[in-house]
This record gives sequence, structure tokens and C-alpha cells, in this order.
Amino acid sequence: MDTLSAPLTIAFDYTRSLGPVLGRFMAGLRERRVLGGRTSDGRVRVPPLEYDPDTHEPVTDFVEVSPTGTVLSWTWTDRLLEGQPLDRPFGWALIRLDGADTPLLHAVDAGTAEAMNTGMRVRIRWAASPVGHIRDIACFEPEPVGLPPLSHGRCDSGGSPTGTSDGDGGAAAAPPVTIMTTPIRLHYRHSTSVEESGYLRALAEGRITGRRCPVCRKVYVPPRVCPACGVATDEEVEVADRGTVTTFCVVNVPFAGQRLTPPYVVAQVLLDGADIPIPHLVLGVPAAEVRMGLRVTAVWRDRADWSTTPENIDHFEPSGEADAPYETFAEHL
Amino acid sequence: MNDVAVIGFASSATSVTTSGVETLVPVFEAALGQAGLERRDVDFWCSGSSDYLAGRAFSFVNAVDAIGAVPPIAESHVEMDAAWALYEAYIKILAGEASTALVYGFGKGTAGELNRVLALQLDPYTVAPLWPDAISVAALQARLGLDAGLFSERDMAAVAVAREDASSVEALLDRPYLRVPLREHDVARVADGAAAVVLAAGDRVGGRRAAWISGIGHRVDPQGFGERDLTAVPSASAAAADAGGLDDVQVAALHAPFTHQDLLLRRALGLSPEVRGVAFGSDPMFSAGLSRIGAAAGEVMSGRASVAVAHATAGPLLQQNLVCKLRSVA
Repeated sequence: MDTLSAPLTIAFDYTRSLGPVLGRFMAGLRERRVLGGRTSDGRVRVPPLEYDPDTHEPVTDFVEVSPTGTVLSWTWTDRLLEGQPLDRPFGWALIRLDGADTPLLHAVDAGTAEAMNTGMRVRIRWAASPVGHIRDIACFEPEPVGLPPLSHGRCDSGGSPTGTSDGDGGAAAAPPVTIMTTPIRLHYRHSTSVEESGYLRALAEGRITGRRCPVCRKVYVPPRVCPACGVATDEEVEVADRGTVTTFCVVNVPFAGQRLTPPYVVAQVLLDGADIPIPHLVLGVPAAEVRMGLRVTAVWRDRADWSTTPENIDHFEPSGEADAPYETFAEHL
Repeated sequence: MNDVAVIGFASSATSVTTSGVETLVPVFEAALGQAGLERRDVDFWCSGSSDYLAGRAFSFVNAVDAIGAVPPIAESHVEMDAAWALYEAYIKILAGEASTALVYGFGKGTAGELNRVLALQLDPYTVAPLWPDAISVAALQARLGLDAGLFSERDMAAVAVAREDASSVEALLDRPYLRVPLREHDVARVADGAAAVVLAAGDRVGGRRAAWISGIGHRVDPQGFGERDLTAVPSASAAAADAGGLDDVQVAALHAPFTHQDLLLRRALGLSPEVRGVAFGSDPMFSAGLSRIGAAAGEVMSGRASVAVAHATAGPLLQQNLVCKLRSVA
């Protein structure tokens, strides 16, 4: 059987606090200056290290290096990926800035691979509005040799990296950047198992199915490898769209993306015929009246809106039956 | 202290679901079958995987379903190749806290854009925000090796020919660059997969076929690309020394996601040309290194070698390296 899959994108802002060393480094970038850190061996490292690798002491000796440097190694990419510094084919290079002893990795806007070579001279192209982030270096470009500078291509910001400082940004001595934020977006294709696909296709027909473990005979909804026995569940079982609240919580706390107005109830519902409860909303009853043992029934969305998703069930509501005795669901808490 | 041996190994080259749970069930059965153990005989379970492959948090918890965790089991996890999970299990057995262990690694490398996702293992302040793809970063390392005269593009192609057993060096060198100086054959195929290795303390091995771990070590090099010589692999050399040296090794199963890294590793590990290599065409993230240990153990258990070495790598550009030496006698 074909298994179902769907695109999945996860996105978040990677927010990192900077210590005194990287905070100074990023503050330097905001002023269009590159600061290296001198370690006890006399070497100037760019980017600076936070701690000396030999003495393990904090690095405190900052040295401004040149915005020009030499390519130590390079490659060329014409398969651009989301978030990269340039929106046209470019080189990646290890670049040792003049005055530094270690190279850093960055992009070189050289136009063509043929314009790249080991030993080539490059210089920083600064972002239009530096914020205290590594992306303040928009990219590098070949250092002109008696030629006018290259036209400036658009540098794709890949979201909006930001840097934040404590205190007054207008002060004479720029304070270290304290926080840097990098937007992250990752794309996947999420793939379900044969068993999960069967469950989702049944939902599209308004049915709820699970699978029975061949060893312990428990029925799992949604179907999964039996977590008690470690074996695939083989027998498909249709269960009811009504069941018993085994336990529940009253949501009183607002949060980003919340669809309902608190207070409302999220409950574990043990469907008749299943051995494991599913979490769902219990609506149509005051939160204070929801209780363990409450009998509930599924409220399906309009059939025209059904697809291969548990969201076909909008919520559960009381069925009007007498409460289930505790003994009937005690095993499933 | 206990002697520790590999007594079972199995792997799968597929993973239907992002979670990989259904893939692990038969892999566990096969590895335990080879070891002659039942699920309940396993004292300690340890896995290697990453949420960044699955695109969801705590993805390894799903995988515990495949174990059958009722009644409760002793379990641990590393966000690294499962070769490092094997190291944890090995220490556990050495310390006498377990006498058997099942180590597993899994991942659906094709679920996301792995070449891009791997940017997130780079320095999060100064490198990852640029989103350099993994192949480009590897190309920078390959060029440094070429410029230093350590090997040629022909040498790199020869590694691919030995691995794929498909084409000639000349035919490969006629192909276009993917990221100069890397061509498609220089890059191990992104793959799905899972692997499991069963370990036992000496007194639990009994009459079983076994490959004895005579030494194991793992080391790490600095994260910054400018902070290490990218053409040397000091952490691999140090790990090999920790594992007892490799002078008497007959066969090597190396984990090199790029052809030039195979050449760098052979230098760093001091392997002579006579040391036979076990070929792998793909790189199933998080089980590839563990599979090298399983393959090296297989060489010993089958009698094809009396001393074998397995290697695993993690992080960018061979940053972290694990070396495991296996023998036919304890």
C-alpha cells in the first residue's frame, strides 16, 4: 500500500546570547570593523576564540584586522540554498584577513568560477544596515586591481538576522552585542507508516481505526508498534467514535496560536474498543463539569471538509450516557 | 574489568517513516537472532539519532516503541552517530553495570534537505547563519589537500571506483564538478538506514561467535575551520593510538562521507596500502559509523580477518573520530 506523506516545515528564531568575546566581535561588525582575538601564542584569530586553547584563560586582547584578505581555499556553487548570502552563483572560501592568522568561511561574489583562485585577494562588502551579526558581512568581493568596483548585487538576507545590545546604542564606546538572532527554516517530507496511512485514510471516510498487538492483544489508536511488546501491530480494528474521559486538564493559560478562548478542556478520551486514549478537546459543557468517567461522543466537521487527518473530528462533547465506572478505565490512566 | 565483544549485527538500507520505528523492529530481531539473545536478555539499550533528521523534537523517544519498554528498560541516547552510543554501552559493560547491550542508530536522511540541514552543526555564531552546504564545505577541505599535494583528483576517483565497483577512473574524471573540486562520485549518497550491534561481556559470550573489542577511543578537534589543519585529522590519529595502535590491522571499515576524506583518514590512521578496505557506497546518517563496527566485526567473526578496525566520524570535516579495534580472540 502507498503510504501517505506530506511536506513539513519547521521554523524558529535561533536566539543566542553572546559572551564578552563574540559580543565585542559582533559590535565591531556593526561598526564595519573586524576584531580578532590575540591568544597567548601571539596569533590573532578571526573569528576570535572565547578562551585561549593553551592557557584556558578568557581572551581579552582584541586587535582590529583589515577588511581585505587572501583566499586560502575555495569552491563554487550554482545550486543556491535558502538563506545563503547571495542570490546568484557564488564562491565559498576560507579567507585569511590581513592582520589575522586564521581564516574564516564566507561567500565571495566573483561572478564566475573562473574568477576564483587560491591566493586571490578579496575584500568585505558590508551589509547596508549592520546590526551586530555575522551577516553584517554581506559577502566578499574580488579586490579591484586598478578597476572600478564591481556593481553591487543584491545580498539575500535570508530572513532578518538581528543583534541586540544592552544600554544606549548611541554611546561613544559601542557596547558589546548581547543577543544575536538567526532565523531558521527547515523543510522535510514527513512519511507515515503503512499502519498510520490506513488510520488516516479511514478518517477520511469518517471511521476511526486502530491495530491490535498480536502478543498482548491491546488495540492502539492511532496504530503504532506495540510499545510494550516491541512488535508490529497487524490486525486492523475499527473502534467507536465515542468513549470515556480518563483524565483531563483545564487550559487557563493563553499562548501564541491558541484557537480557543480559555478556559477550555483538553482530555484523554478512551474510545470504546481501544486500549489507549487519544487527546482531544471536550467542549459543549462548562469546564468545571468535566470529570473522569464522563462519556463523550465525537463531533465531526462537515463531511465536505474531511481529509486524511484527525482534524476531521472537531471536538468531543458529552454523550448523555451515565458516567463510566472507574474500574472500566483505571488500567488506561 | 570485563572483556567486551560484538556478538550480533544487522542493518537496513531503508526507512519508510520519518520516525524509523517500523524499520528498527526487524533490525533488532535480526541482530538479536545472530547474537542468540532474546529482547529481555538485553541489559542496556543505547541509540544514536538526531531530531534534525526527523524535523521534530524528541524523535528518538518514538524509537523506544520498537524495543518494547514494558516493564521499564535501561535506555540512553546520543545525538551523534550510534558508534558513540556503542562507546557508552561499552563503558557500561566495562564498569560491570550491564553484561549485554543493544546499540542502534537510525535516520531518514532523505526526509529533509540534508546538505542544508548540516549547516546547523557548524559554529552557530559565525558560520551556520551563512548556510554553507555540506558539500561546499567539504570541497574547501578537498582543495586544501589537493593544493598541498597530498592526493590527486585521480586518487579521489580511485576511491570511488573501489567503493562503487562500477566505473573507471577515467570515466569518472570526465564528469562535471558538483562543487569544484568534488564530483558526484566524491560524495557518498545520502541514504536512509538503521543498524544495530549487540555487545556482551566476556562471561556472557559463551560459545557464540564473537569479535572482541581490544581497544576503542574517540577524540574531537576544534570546531573552527580556521583552528585546525583541515588536511590532518589529529583526532583520528589520537583515537587510533587510544585504541592500541593499528599496526597489526588487516582490514579497515572507514566512515568517510567524501572520497578525499578516505584518503585523509588512511594517512591519519597510518594504514598501509596492504590493509584491505570494506567498501560502503552510501552514508546513512547516524547508523553509518555503527555499521562500520558491525562490518569490521563481521570480518573477524567470519574468519576473513583476525584483526580489524572500524572508524566512525561525526561533525563537519572529520571533526570527531572514533576508532574501534576488533580481534578474533579476547
